[in-house]
Amino acid sequence: MFLINCPYCGERDQSEFSCGGEAHIVRPKQPTELSDDQWAEYLFMRKNIKGVQFERWNHAHGCRKWFNMVRDTSNDKIHAVYKMGEKPPVE
Amino acid sequence: MTKFRVNKTKHVDQTKTVSFNFDGKSYHGFDGDTLASALLSNGVHLVGRSFKYHRPRGIMSCGSEEPNAICQINEDTDLTEPNVRATEIELYEGLKASSQNCWPSVNFDIGGINNFISQFIPAGFYYKTFMWPKSFWKKIYEPLIRWSAGLGKSPTKPDPELYDHKHVHCDVLIIGGGISGIIASKIAAKNNLRTILIEDKNILGGSTIFQKNENYKINNKYSSEWLDDEIAELQKLDNLTIKTRTSLAAYHSYNFLLAKENISDHLPLDKKNGGIRQRLWKIRADKVLVATGAIERPLVFNNNDRPGIMLANSVKKYLDFYGVSCGFNNVIFTNNDSAYETAVSLKEKGISVEIIDIRKKSNSKIVKNAEKLGVKIYWNSTIVNTFGHRKINSIELMNLSEDGSNVVGDKNRINCDCLAVSGGWTPMVHMHTQSGGKLDFRENDQTFIPTEIDENHINVGSCNGDFELEEIINNTNKKVKNFLKVSETEFDNTSVLNSKELDKRNIWLLPNYISEGKCKSFIDFQNDSTAKDIKLALREGFKSIEHVKRYTTTGMATDQGKLSNMHALGIIADTAGVKMGTLGTTTFRPPFTPLTFGSIVGRSVGKFFDIVRKTSIHEWHSQNNAKFENVGQWKRPWYYPINDEGLHDAVQRESKAARDSAGILDASTLGKIDIQGTDASEFLNRVYTNAWSKLGIGKCRYGLMLNEDGMVYDDGVTTRLGENHYLMTTTTGGAANVLSKLEDYLQTEWPELDVYLTSVTDHYSTASICGPNSKKILTKIFPDKDFSDDAFPHMSYQNAKIDEINCRIMRISFTGELSYEINIESKYGKSLWEKCIEVGKEFKITQYGTETMHLLRAEKGFIIVGQDTDGTMTPIDLQMDWIVSKKKYDFIGKRSLYRSDTIREDRKQLVGLLTDDPNEVLEEGAQIVSDVNKKPIEMVGHVTSSYFSPNLNKSIALAVVKSGKKMNGQKLIVPMENKNINVTVSDSVFLDKENKRIYA
Ligand SMILES: [Zn+2]
Repeated sequence: MFLINCPYCGERDQSEFSCGGEAHIVRPKQPTELSDDQWAEYLFMRKNIKGVQFERWNHAHGCRKWFNMVRDTSNDKIHAVYKMGEKPPVE
Repeated sequence: MTKFRVNKTKHVDQTKTVSFNFDGKSYHGFDGDTLASALLSNGVHLVGRSFKYHRPRGIMSCGSEEPNAICQINEDTDLTEPNVRATEIELYEGLKASSQNCWPSVNFDIGGINNFISQFIPAGFYYKTFMWPKSFWKKIYEPLIRWSAGLGKSPTKPDPELYDHKHVHCDVLIIGGGISGIIASKIAAKNNLRTILIEDKNILGGSTIFQKNENYKINNKYSSEWLDDEIAELQKLDNLTIKTRTSLAAYHSYNFLLAKENISDHLPLDKKNGGIRQRLWKIRADKVLVATGAIERPLVFNNNDRPGIMLANSVKKYLDFYGVSCGFNNVIFTNNDSAYETAVSLKEKGISVEIIDIRKKSNSKIVKNAEKLGVKIYWNSTIVNTFGHRKINSIELMNLSEDGSNVVGDKNRINCDCLAVSGGWTPMVHMHTQSGGKLDFRENDQTFIPTEIDENHINVGSCNGDFELEEIINNTNKKVKNFLKVSETEFDNTSVLNSKELDKRNIWLLPNYISEGKCKSFIDFQNDSTAKDIKLALREGFKSIEHVKRYTTTGMATDQGKLSNMHALGIIADTAGVKMGTLGTTTFRPPFTPLTFGSIVGRSVGKFFDIVRKTSIHEWHSQNNAKFENVGQWKRPWYYPINDEGLHDAVQRESKAARDSAGILDASTLGKIDIQGTDASEFLNRVYTNAWSKLGIGKCRYGLMLNEDGMVYDDGVTTRLGENHYLMTTTTGGAANVLSKLEDYLQTEWPELDVYLTSVTDHYSTASICGPNSKKILTKIFPDKDFSDDAFPHMSYQNAKIDEINCRIMRISFTGELSYEINIESKYGKSLWEKCIEVGKEFKITQYGTETMHLLRAEKGFIIVGQDTDGTMTPIDLQMDWIVSKKKYDFIGKRSLYRSDTIREDRKQLVGLLTDDPNEVLEEGAQIVSDVNKKPIEMVGHVTSSYFSPNLNKSIALAVVKSGKKMNGQKLIVPMENKNINVTVSDSVFLDKENKRIYA
C-alpha cells in the first residue's frame, strides 16, 4: 500500500488514488489524418516496463486531480510526482 | 496435578484449575496453559492424522509453526472454528476442541489405509490420477477429493461476534517482544519516538524469558531475571504502546502493516460479553523494526513423524515455561549446541535424557555441562528408524561414515518416550520478504538472512541471523542506534555470558541403510510430502523450486512451509548438485498466520457491507409496495405489485397504463453533471458523437458518448440551461465513471478549455410522467404554464414553480410517449411526487418501475447502454448512424469508427427479433444460430432484451446478430435446452415508427 504524495494535497494512502496507466501519451491533435497503424499505436500500445515507468494517477477520492508519477515497478519506489503539463524530472 | 507436570513456574498458575474437553474427553489444565501444554500435561501427544496418509501425528512445537496440532474448537455452535493451532490458543474454562482430518476417530482412522498404499500415492498423484477418464470427474474423483481433502468444518450459522478495524500511525513499529524487540522498544521510546510494540503471545520476553541457566547471564543476572526487570521498566514508558496477543499478518510497501489483535479468544464463552473479538490494526509506521526471531528446524530421517517426536526447544519450553515434561525417557537428536540446553534443563530436574549428535565433537561449555551432568552422548550418529504406533517407544541408531553420506556399523536400539530434534535455526524472514526485501544465503550455517536495503526498515535479533545471546544483545543495540540515529544507550556496556559455539554439521536428508523408496522421511508434515517425493519431482524434470513446491505440495499447507521450506531446498540442492544459495527461496505471501474472515471485513457486514443509495421518494415507494432492484448502489423501484400480482402481471399492467393514459417513474437516480464555462459547447462537441454548437438555450438533445476505441460508453439527454451552462444526464450506473472520464480529458488533454464539472446527481429529484394524458396532468400542476406544442415543444425545457419552489420541466421522452420530467431540489422530491400522484388520480396515473421502463423503451427500439451494448458495440453496429456527426473534425472515438475492424460488415449489429409464435418470449442472453444441422454449430449472435409487449400483444426482442443489418426478414433459430425457437429478424423499432405518440 503506497503512500502517495499528491502534488495538491500531500501524502495520502494509496486507497484514495486510482492509476490511469502510462503517462505522456498525447492524444493526436489530428486523428483523422493518421493511418490505422498510427492510430492503433496511440490507442493500444503500452510499454508496461519492469523498472522505472511514468504513470498517470488520479486522486479520485480526494481533490480529483490527475498528476504524473515516476515509479519503479520492480520495487514500487516512487521517485517523483509532478503536475500535469509539467516536464518529467530528468534522472 | 498429573505426573507430567514436574515443575512449578511463574507463568502457569497451578492454583487455578481449568477444565476442558478434547475429542470428547474431559481434562484439567491450569491458568496460563495453552491447549497444547495442557494436553501434554495429561500425557496426550496424539492429536491428529496427517493429510494424505492419515498417519498418527502429535504436538511437535509450541508456536505458529505447528504443523500437526490443528484443532476444531467450539464444535456444534455458531462459534465453531477450524484450523486453530493447539500451541497458540490459550486454555480457558470449558474449551471444547477436537482433532481434525480424522474419521471416525483419532485412534481409529479409516483414511489410514492410505498409509499402507502410500507407494501408490507418489508426488503429483492427484495431477496424474484424476486426469482421466473424464467421465469419472463428476461422480467419482470430485466427491472423493472433496471428502478426503479439506481441513476442519466451517460454521453453518452467521458469525455472532464483533470485529473491528483501527488505523494508527507511529514513528517506530517493533514486531516481536523477544529480547531484541524489548531492547529496541526501550531505545526508541526513551528517545521520544512514538513507538508501538506488538507481540503475538500474551506476555513479552520471547524465548529468553524462560532461560534460567548458569551458562546464560546478562550483567551477572540470569538472563530471564534481567529481562523481567527490563519488561517492568518498559511498561512505565509513556510513548510506548505495547500490544500483546497481536500478530502481524502482512507487511506491505511503504511501511503499511496489518496486525490482528486477539481481544477475547482467550476468554471462556460466558465471559465474552458480546464485546469485540478481534481487531485488525492498520498501521502506517515511519520506521519498522522486525524482531520476529527464528524457528527451530526439524531433521529429516526415516519415520520422523511419530507422536512424541518434537522440536528440542519446544520440549524445553514446555518444561521451563509450562512445567510439563513431554517424556520421562528422552532422547535428543541434534546437529548443533542449542539442543543441549534442553538436555541440561531435563537433567537438572532429574529426568532421563540421552543425546544423539551427528557431529563428531563439540567443545562448548554447554556440551561440557551436559557431559558433567552425566548425559550420555552418541557422537557422529544418526537415527535410522523409529518405532511405536500412537506414540514413539524406541529408536534405532547407527554411526555415520566419515563424510556423512552413509551409515556404518551396527544398529543400536534405544527405548524412549519422547524424541527431541534440532536441526539448527531458521530466521523468520517472512516479514522482510513480504515487504519486498531480498535475502542472502549464509554458507556456514545454511541460512537465508535479510539483506538490508531500506532505510526505514531493519531486522534485528535471530530473524537477522544472530542466534547467540551476546550477538543478539550487542548487534541489536548497535543496529538500533544506527537506525534511529541515537548516540548512546543503556545497553552499550552490557556484559553477556554465553556458552554455545556455532559449530554445526548440516545434512539435509540423513542417510539410511534402508533403501530410499522404503523410507518415510517427512519434510512437510501437514501435507505429507517426503524426501522421496522431492527426488521424484526432480527426476521427472521439475527444476524451479516454485514448481517442485506445487507438484509435491511441499510448503503449501496452512503453516506455509515454516518447517519444511529449507529442507526442501536443501534436498533439491544436494540432489541436483548445485549450491543452495543459487536456488533462491520461495516468496512468502501474507498473511503470515491465517486471518479470520471476520477480522478482514471488520464492521463492513450486513447493512454496512456496501453503501445503499435511496432517492428522496424511496419511502413512498416502500409504502406503495414497490419491489426494489439494485442498480449500482441505488435501490430503484422494480415494479409495484397490487395484492399478490407477480412480476409479469404487474409489468403488463404498468406498461399498458403508461401508453393508454399516464405513468410516472422515479428517474432521480440518473447521473446529473452540471457543466459550466465559456468552452462548455466546444467541450460537448468533443465528448459526444453529435454536434452541440447550434443547440439553442432552453433546448435538450440526446447524446451518445464513445470510448476512444469507438465503442459506446454512455448516453443521456443534455439540456442547455444558459449560454455557458449545461445539465448533462448519464446512465444511473455510469454516472461516476463518466464524470471521472470527462475530468480526465479536461485536465490532461484539453487543459486549455474553460469548463467546470460538478456532480449534482444527489441535488435533484426527478419525476418522469409519460402517456397521452401527461400534458393534462402537467397543466393541472402548473396552471399558469402553456404546454402547447408551440409554446413548449418536444426536446425543450422551461423553469417553473410549484408553491414558490423552483423546478425545471424537460419535455423529453424515454418511452416514445408524450413525456415530461420535473426536476426539483431533492428535499422537495417526495412532495412533488405525491402532488403528481394526487393530481394524476383522475387520469389513473400509474407508478411504474425499471422493468416497465425497459419494456417501454424496447418497444421503441431504444438501447440501454450496458444491456444492449457490452463495450464492443459502435454506434454503427447499433444502427444509430444518424447520431454520428460527419461534419465534426474530431470527437472521442471518431477515428476508431473507420478502423479496419470497426468497418467490417460482419460485425454483430443490433436488430429486432420476432418469434414465429407471438406468445413465445425469448430468454435474454440466449444464443442465436442460423443452422442447427451443420456441426459445430456457429453462434451468430445473442438476445439482449426480450419482453411480451402488452401494447403490441406479441413477443418482441432486441438482439445483436452478425451482419444483422442486411438480414431483415430472414429466419434464424434460438436453440434452447429442449426446443428450437424459430425467429425472424425485424426492424428494431416495434411501435410507432413515425414517432407520432410524442405529440399525442
Ligand atoms: Zn489531491
